[in-house]
Amino acid sequence: MHHTLALIQKELQLEWRQKHALGGIMLYLVSTVFICYLAFSGIMNPQTWNALFWIIMAFASINLVLKSFNDESTGRKMYLYTLASPVSVIFSKILLNTLVMFALGIIGYLLFSLFMGNMIKDPLAWWLLLLVGVSGFSSILTMVSAIAGQTKNNFTIMAVLGFPLILPLILLLIRSSAAVINGPALKAILPDLLVIVLLNLIALLLSYLLFPYLWKE
Amino acid sequence: MNKKTFNCAWKILTVLIMLYVIVGGMLFEVPVLPVIHQTIRNIYFHVGMWFSMIFILFLGTIFSIMYLRTFNLRYDRMANATVKTGLVFGLLGIVTGMIWAQFTWGRFWVNDPKLNGAAVGIMAYMAYVVLRSSLEDKDKRARLAAVYKVFAFVIMFVFIMILPRISGPSIHPGVDGNPALASGDLAPAMRKVFYPAIAGWILFSYWIYTIVFRSDTIKEKIQQLNAEKQ
Repeated sequence: MHHTLALIQKELQLEWRQKHALGGIMLYLVSTVFICYLAFSGIMNPQTWNALFWIIMAFASINLVLKSFNDESTGRKMYLYTLASPVSVIFSKILLNTLVMFALGIIGYLLFSLFMGNMIKDPLAWWLLLLVGVSGFSSILTMVSAIAGQTKNNFTIMAVLGFPLILPLILLLIRSSAAVINGPALKAILPDLLVIVLLNLIALLLSYLLFPYLWKE
Repeated sequence: MNKKTFNCAWKILTVLIMLYVIVGGMLFEVPVLPVIHQTIRNIYFHVGMWFSMIFILFLGTIFSIMYLRTFNLRYDRMANATVKTGLVFGLLGIVTGMIWAQFTWGRFWVNDPKLNGAAVGIMAYMAYVVLRSSLEDKDKRARLAAVYKVFAFVIMFVFIMILPRISGPSIHPGVDGNPALASGDLAPAMRKVFYPAIAGWILFSYWIYTIVFRSDTIKEKIQQLNAEKQ
């Protein structure tokens, strides 16, 4: 636990020093939202809003998570390997990705509200959904990026490996946030929320069990 | 019974069961239902494909876990052979389903939780093939592939179990996610072909898997010998 926190601190400092990476993702988000705003002008309704939001979040998370294992140079990896256990490494990456993804989610939501209007009727349910949704993205995709990071053309591999696995999550999120858009829905989406939390826990458990095999080389 | 007779016996048994299933499946009496009519016979083949795919892929997950425990490359070859075999059965399952759908629902593909689950599962296993082909080093390839396989299998399993139950009504026959096994699903007359069909297809798929595995092993040996020659 102590190690995990220290590793998160290290990651945050690294992010802060090389702002270009984070800035790139931010710009990616802004431009995709803007493109959608232009392309969908006139045909934007709550369902489209909803589907677009989650698709953009899924793509942004693939882009964000992709670099969690890319940036580590071999030397730094070796150094980390001597210092920390694999479990604290993967958990620190998952937590960090969740944090950054949640921030991106907030920004994405603000951008969507700015360009296409705020469609959310039940804010509490919405924020809960966003939180479990992005943590689901990051816990599944971080493990995938640990695999893809060891291959050559890792963006393609990451997308190919990641999409089938996050598709259930995207479907669940689109479905339950459609309910949130229609009105107060916390009770109605509770089963879905629980399923997403369950998926999260399973992904975390699998990362805990499987990541050590990826780490030692 | 020694090993050799046993090996021969179960294959003969498989051939006999499959002959019975093909003849019985085409000729035996089936209940006449509106819209479905004779296409109901598809159940002996279509459902068998999925059962054998799930069986083979489950076997493959066990091999992948075995590989991660022992780092013996033999298990990796076995796991790879299961995916190759499982994919063929999965694709045949989709094709038989699509042909049936065209004649009963009027369309080759409809947006239905069960169909989507099947498509996503196939996609994940195709991703496994792509992942393998992108890596050269044998041990690394085996390790990464095994990790992805276990990870994907568990998540897919949860998805396919949960999704049909929570996404509301499905147009696909069968109660709540486990088609054709619930007692109300199938006319008694059809069970005498259906149950042997499932057993036959599973045995058959295992047979195919052993052939794929042996051919892969021989290919690898030939490669090794060629490398030694140079």
